[in-house]
Amino acid sequence: MTYSALLTIILTPLVLLGLATVLTWVERRLLGLWQDRYGPNRVGPGGMFQAVADGTKILFKQDWIPPFADRGVFVLAPAIGMMTVLLSFAVIPLPMHAGIASDMNVGLLFILGMMGLGVYAVVLAGWSSNSKFALLGGMRAAAQMISYEVFMGLSLMGVVMMAGSFSLQDIVAAQAGLWFIIPQCLGFGVFMLAGIAETHRLPFDLPEGENELGAGFHTEYSGMKFGMFFIAEYAGIILVSSLVTTLYLGGWRGPLLPPAVWFLLKTGGMVAFFILLRASLPRPRYDQLMALGWKVLLPLSLLNVMATGTILMLRASL
Amino acid sequence: MFDTLRTLFLTALHAFHRRATVQYPEQQPYLPPRYRGRIILSRDPDGMERCVACNLCAVVCPVDCISLQKTEADGRWYPEYFRINFSRCIFCGFCEEACPTYAIQLTPDFEMGEYARHNLVYEKEDLLISGTGKYPEYSFYNVAGIPIPGKARGTSERERPPVDLHSLLP
Repeated sequence: MTYSALLTIILTPLVLLGLATVLTWVERRLLGLWQDRYGPNRVGPGGMFQAVADGTKILFKQDWIPPFADRGVFVLAPAIGMMTVLLSFAVIPLPMHAGIASDMNVGLLFILGMMGLGVYAVVLAGWSSNSKFALLGGMRAAAQMISYEVFMGLSLMGVVMMAGSFSLQDIVAAQAGLWFIIPQCLGFGVFMLAGIAETHRLPFDLPEGENELGAGFHTEYSGMKFGMFFIAEYAGIILVSSLVTTLYLGGWRGPLLPPAVWFLLKTGGMVAFFILLRASLPRPRYDQLMALGWKVLLPLSLLNVMATGTILMLRASL
Repeated sequence: MFDTLRTLFLTALHAFHRRATVQYPEQQPYLPPRYRGRIILSRDPDGMERCVACNLCAVVCPVDCISLQKTEADGRWYPEYFRINFSRCIFCGFCEEACPTYAIQLTPDFEMGEYARHNLVYEKEDLLISGTGKYPEYSFYNVAGIPIPGKARGTSERERPPVDLHSLLP
């Protein structure tokens, strides 16, 4: 193992945590922008150090574990949430092969697996908190994330079929001519919705649902344990955004500008879109969410797989 | 589906709207003249204290934040001390309404923050201003039928001389 690889391994999580922290500020500023106000603009230039101030505050808060909670699992849950998100980033292909393991031949499967494990963070948090709101949030999270996982995987089948590989590096390479968002527009839509549901972001934040469940699965969490859920959620947004960029928007490919800039631009645009969704859409009812998933998105993703397969077969036979 | 996209678009358009926020310390909000803020004690046009220590403000105050003591000098009534506890005051303006001499008035100013609570207790020196406040012409002793040094009975504005009970003349 070379030193540069080691450096990448150390730097990637640090940079990600930094980005996720800054994203909390970015989100508040953007929400402000779309709600005709300013958002935090006092700490540092344009309020940039708001995230630092919030981080400092949350680090010094009392880290309280309720006496009725299942202690071991309670502590473990946020760590799982953080870990699965950070591990997923290992296979995201950054420009100039800067990623940790971006040419892993089952990169996409690895990410799906990690997202599947991410459910445990939420479910275990809800279960070990031993209180009704947290449990309800956890149950919702389990049902929502597992069912959306199904067609998240299915919607990606089209991309895999077109690229002929599970390696994210190959998928980016296959988009040299045409971004997959055009032939795979159906899969893109389904993946977007599933991605929002996976990161349990608004409008699909039913596991948290603050007006009906208090704070959902992290009701009993305080201090930095809550902070870890929080940061993991924002890292999850970055993850899904960079995944969409990689799978559908041609990754770091683009004319004129250097690849790094293209990657940042596309990912940043997706993150901003995520925040726009939060700014504009109301949260659906829980049964509406499940109905949308199983009655609309699942058939759509199956249709997408079928159509892609048919076209590829026809093209091969011609 | 179309509704959702339209909602997204309309929300995004809000990026180009005017901000509703008033950036407070740099940008002061407009306070109307009748704004009920910090309470002051005014003087009459001659520069004498208007307050006659009638205690009506202290009586009407719903939170009992006004405390004063009457004293007398040169035939006039004055407050010996006049104390408003602004940590209790609810800025209802009842004291201003109750005041028969326009002495106590509320002003468009709310920047009274203090680090220690006892600093919010204002004494007469803190309350008394050198001007007349909202009523520049008004002077209570000039319209009241009370004799003071330099003004005999019956010489106030719009006051007839007292009737001489011992005279038979009409």
